[in-house]
Parts: sequence; structure tokens; C-alpha cells
Amino acid sequence: MKLNPKQYEEMTKRASPPSPVWKDCLWAFFVGGAICCLGEGIRQIWLLWYDEELAGTLTSLVLILLSALLTMPGWYQKLAAKAGAGTLVPITGFANSVVSPAIEFKAEGWITGVGAKIFIIAGPVITYGVLASWVWGLLYWVMGKF
Amino acid sequence: MAIRRGDTLVFPKPPVIAAWAAVGGKKESEGPLAAYFDQLFTDTSFGEDGWEAAESDLQQQCISACLRKGGIERTGLDIAFAGDLQAQCTASNYTLRALGCPYVGLYGACSTMAEGVALAAAFAAQGLVGQALAFTSSHFCAAERQFRTPLDYGGKRTPTAQWTATAAGACLLRPAGAAGVPVLSITFGRVQDFAVTDINNMGAAMMPAAAATLLQFFKGTGTRPTDFDAIFTGDLGEVGAALLQEQMANEGVPLPNHQDCGCLLYDTATQQVQAGGSGAGCSAAVLCAHILPRLQQGAWRRVLLLATGALMSQTTFLQGESIPGIAHAVELGCPEVGV
Repeated sequence: MKLNPKQYEEMTKRASPPSPVWKDCLWAFFVGGAICCLGEGIRQIWLLWYDEELAGTLTSLVLILLSALLTMPGWYQKLAAKAGAGTLVPITGFANSVVSPAIEFKAEGWITGVGAKIFIIAGPVITYGVLASWVWGLLYWVMGKF
Repeated sequence: MAIRRGDTLVFPKPPVIAAWAAVGGKKESEGPLAAYFDQLFTDTSFGEDGWEAAESDLQQQCISACLRKGGIERTGLDIAFAGDLQAQCTASNYTLRALGCPYVGLYGACSTMAEGVALAAAFAAQGLVGQALAFTSSHFCAAERQFRTPLDYGGKRTPTAQWTATAAGACLLRPAGAAGVPVLSITFGRVQDFAVTDINNMGAAMMPAAAATLLQFFKGTGTRPTDFDAIFTGDLGEVGAALLQEQMANEGVPLPNHQDCGCLLYDTATQQVQAGGSGAGCSAAVLCAHILPRLQQGAWRRVLLLATGALMSQTTFLQGESIPGIAHAVELGCPEVGV
């Protein structure tokens, strides 16, 4: 065959349509922005009764609950297929990444399925989040010495 | 006795595909070929707890339809060649547990239908079996959870990604002399790897395998693309199909009559399947719903079906290995050609 991997890489690049960056960005901006606006709205409501810190925590909890509820009938996935980073970046994306494997792996049992696989997507975020906080803690300790 | 022409085995007395059936799911019921399926199911869970079991149910519905059309009971089967995309081909294994006939399990990824039909044809041509079944399937939900992410996870697909068909196809083969669509020749492909590592661009990963098998076939048999009414590839999708046409033109063997099953099963403009369909069930369903009926009616006299498969696993992909491809070809005629 008149082809080598290097040539083929070029050929493939030319033949593969790129992602529609502007369209994707607009979707992400407006959907992501809408989720954040919703969060702010919820926060303002909580502020009627609680202080800033507790209102913020409660807002996160409400967004997580909403995301979980929307994930169950598959609606969050449908929105995310268009919104991309707009639904991935907010806390609702993290909730979706935990709830979706929980639903998916129920068929393999509560321990070996749901229990073992629930962090299959979010796991790296937690692992490296913990690692980053450990590194930062060390730096903070060193900085405190001077 | 088959005659060897390069990698191609030509049958002077061609075995026939005596009966066939195609079944599909919801997305397939919204596609351009919907009217030609034997059965379409909008509930693709089949009431099962797991998608794996649902895929087995899909296969069994397809086989029932095929055997009914072939006028035989399952006890009349001499052998079955089958496989699917699930790890260890479990959908087929459980189907064969119910079917009970001798079984040869195949893994050719999305090339399984051509592989199965080719093997069944070879067995039938030699008179080793009287009734050979070849079938395969894929189920979007079973494949998605095995190869990608959970179904409800909110991710975005790239424009080069393809949609795994929820579909199955089954063919019942008999030795020469029986009524049906003749299998004129078979060509088993060689594995090709041109260092594609993008799991969201399977068409590109499989294209070199398709081109290699086509070149082997034309060289071995001394035929040209224009000798055929149509040349079908399995599931290269829009990207792989365009690459194949470009490559074959570079080889001096342009393909004016090439079509891809992945682009036929769905309307890529409106069905949000990105570059088209894929999965073992894609070429199987298009073969049984679209290609075989037209050959039977005599609308086409000679076609080539080239099913393509990507032979990586989730493990090798994560380890950074490139994606090897394979393509098997089955040459089909219209009933008068075979006699």
C-alpha cells in the first residue's frame, strides 16, 4: 500500500472535521453561566435565613441534588451533549460524574458495582485534589517557618 | 472445492445465504433503513436488568426471525458462527446457551458479520454443514459502558466519533444448489496498523485495513471496482469513507460506487450520530436489511461487502497502544449469477 503512518497522520488530520469551537464556546458560556446564575439565585434565597458561609454550602448542596435528579432520567447528559464544558465545570458536573456510574454499575451489585465504580470518573479529581492539598499543606508549613 | 486467488477464496459452486433477518433499536427505527428491518424495538432494555442481557435478547429476536424465514427450527442448525463487541463475546455465548447448536465464537469487532458469513460459506461450500448460521450484534448501551463512559455521564462527542448501532443481523447459509443469494468469494483480511491512537476516530483507524483487503481482492481476482454494482464498507463513517476513497484513488483504483454502512444506517445530518454508525450490528443490519434484499430482487447483480473492525481493547488503548484494524470481504451475487 502506498501509505506510511506519517503520511497517514497528515491525511487523517485533513479529513477529520474540527470541533465547532465558537458554537461549543457559546453553548458552554450560556449554559455554564445559567447554572451559575441559578446558583446565585439559590444563594440569595438562603441568605434570607443564614449567614454567607452556610448559605454558600447549602447552595452547593442544592445544585448537587438538582444535578443528581436531572442525571437520573438522562436529562443532564442530553444537555451536556450540547453544553460541554458549560455543564462539566460547575459543581453539577462533578455530581453528574458520580451519580452516572452509580446508576450504570448497579447491575454489578452494591459493593462490586456501585461501591467500587462510583468514583470511576471523579476518582482522579479526588486523588489529585488530595495530593494537591497535601503539597500545599507542606508549602504552607515551610512558609510558616520563616 | 474453493479456488485460492491470492488471499481470496473463490467458490466455483457458491454456497447461498438462504434466509436473513435484521433487527434494530430506537435510533435505527428513526433512520433511513427503518422500513426494511424485520423488527424494531423502541425499548432496547427488553425488560432486562443489564444491557448485556438485552443484547442477547436482541440477537435471539433476530435469529428467530431468520430461522422462521428459512423455514427451519433451531434444532435443525448444524453450526453457528457468531460474536459481538462485549468482552469475551458474552452476548453471543448466552444466545448460544439458549440455541444449543454447535458454536464457533468469533471476535472480529465490527468485522464479525463478514467474518461469520465467510466462515459459514466456507463450511457450506465444502459440504461440511447443511444449515449454518452466522450472526452478530451490537448494543449502544452495552458498548458505551464497556468502551467509554457511563450512559448518563454528560460528555461531549467529537465530530469524528461514531454511534454504536443497537442492531443485529443473522444469515442462514446452505450449500450450493439451495435457493438464496450466492456467496461468490470470501477474503480474510490482514491486520493493519497505521499508528492511529484516537479512539474517537475509529473510521481513520480502520481505513488502512479496508484499503489493504480491497487491493488484495482486486489483485487476486483480477477484477475492478466497476465490475460491481456497489462496494460496501462496514462502518468507516464519513471520515473513514472519505479517507478510503482518497487512498484508493492514490493507489490507482478509484471507487466510484463505494458506500459505507455507517452512513446508510443513519441520517448523519439530522440524527446526531456524528460521523455515522458503527458496531458489529451496523454492517450486519445493513447487509440483512438493505443489501441482501436488493440482490435477491435482482436490482443488483454483484456487490462486495467489506466489514471493518478495530481490534483494540480499553486496556491497550489506555496503555497508549495504537489501534489495529482488520477488514474481511464477502462477494455476493444475485440468485441467477450463482446457479
